[in-house]
Amino acid sequence: MTPKISFKNVRKTFDIAGKTAFTALEGLNLDIEDGEFITVVGPSGCGKSTAMNIAAGLTMPTSGQVLVDNAPVKGPGPERGVIFQQYALFPWLTVRENVEFGLQIAGKPKDERRRIADHFIELVGLSDFANSLPKTLSGGMKQRCAIARAYAVNPKILLMDEPFGALDALTRVQLQDQLLAMWSKERRTVMFITHDVDEAVYLASRVVVMAARPGRLHKIVNVDLPYPRTEDMRLSAEFSELRNEVWRSVYHPAAAA
Amino acid sequence: MAVMESENTPESAKGLPMLSRPFGMLAINIVAVVVGILLWGLVTSFGVVGLPTPLAVAKQAVIQAENGLLWSDALASLGRVFTGFALGILVAIPVGFLMGWYKIARAIIEPYVQFFRTIPPLAIIPLAIVTMGIDEMPKIFVIFLASFLSSVVATYQGVISVDRTMINAARVLGANDFTIFRRVIVPASLPYIMVGVRIGLGSSWSTVVAAELIAAQSGLGFRMQQAQLYYDLATIFVSLISIGILGLIMDRIVMAIDGVLTAWQEKL
Repeated sequence: MTPKISFKNVRKTFDIAGKTAFTALEGLNLDIEDGEFITVVGPSGCGKSTAMNIAAGLTMPTSGQVLVDNAPVKGPGPERGVIFQQYALFPWLTVRENVEFGLQIAGKPKDERRRIADHFIELVGLSDFANSLPKTLSGGMKQRCAIARAYAVNPKILLMDEPFGALDALTRVQLQDQLLAMWSKERRTVMFITHDVDEAVYLASRVVVMAARPGRLHKIVNVDLPYPRTEDMRLSAEFSELRNEVWRSVYHPAAAA
Repeated sequence: MAVMESENTPESAKGLPMLSRPFGMLAINIVAVVVGILLWGLVTSFGVVGLPTPLAVAKQAVIQAENGLLWSDALASLGRVFTGFALGILVAIPVGFLMGWYKIARAIIEPYVQFFRTIPPLAIIPLAIVTMGIDEMPKIFVIFLASFLSSVVATYQGVISVDRTMINAARVLGANDFTIFRRVIVPASLPYIMVGVRIGLGSSWSTVVAAELIAAQSGLGFRMQQAQLYYDLATIFVSLISIGILGLIMDRIVMAIDGVLTAWQEKL
């Protein structure tokens, strides 16, 4: 089976006056299978957000390429949904209008837009707030709206850039469970960036650990815990063993060769 | 999920309990104005300063209102402001968008805008009178300039301040440049544009009055200029107070429109 997303020797440098000033990403090779949920974790400067932005088509690599279904990524597209840490909702649109935004661009007729939007608004539990403006929502609700908006255009891939990074610990755990519940109902390939080791292990079937200076892939940790994940699992010995392994490789990576 | 209650505390629960109720504030406003007028009456009726009493000014206002001079002056001034202001805004918004959206346009236009911004519009009046004559044209042109310069910068600031993440969010949902402009840039820069409109209206109003002082045959500024020749202080006061009241009303109207158009904003 060909991978859904494939990073082929992706390198990204930021140059000043023709000289490489900063290597954000050094030759990343990574395959993500169809329907897989992977998390990418690493210290700041490890290039995890850069890698996601390149897959999203928002940043161009200096060399190498990202293949989605074997076709190179040339720019953003609705088959790759992106969820940002800052929610990026349109504050002048209601929750429903935000979710319908992509559907409108895709030229879907009004009643179909409405039906699809309401379906995903219900899945994220915002039905009572469909006509509310984003300013009346809490951070967690905003991010749930952003998730519904990304899902509405029916992407094959969800790219999530520290989506729960700005939320308090309790809301964060609740949203992790909601996201997994949603993912089991509406299966997509997910690449989820985080700096939270617990979150990385809890969500993923594989945790990609990256290291900084230069940004590179350090290690891939397989999480052999079955889905659906539960609170008991979070407190289990296997979980803490995996978490410790990821923790050690994030904070004490071997020096770059 | 019950995660939002704490953020929905009503405004009235914060701040001073007495003053936060709108009626309480309004009552204090009215008392403050009444006390101010009483003080004015006190110092003028005892001849402390050589200014007309509130009563004399009110009588003069009634005379001018009855013979229609007050209305025709106010209409003349308002007509100039609205013509110049509307033209200024109409040109400023597209030019501001051009400057924000295309770097080339910014490079071409910005030096002119920044240069003319440093010249008070009133300083253009002598040139405008010489080149355009003494009828309505030079006055409207100067008001146009005043409102254009303040709105164009605000619009341009609005466009360049649009959150990149919001543009990216639209892009990954499939929006092309035109859709991003129409559905993200325009609404997102609206609060900035409204600030420009408000400042533009204020500077238009102050410019029209000053322009009428220099060269006009009608308007509130012209009336004051005439009154000055005859030492008619009451008429000067009537004009000044009319200018203030009309300016205040126009500002409140713009604020009300702004409140409706940008109700979605998260106020800090």
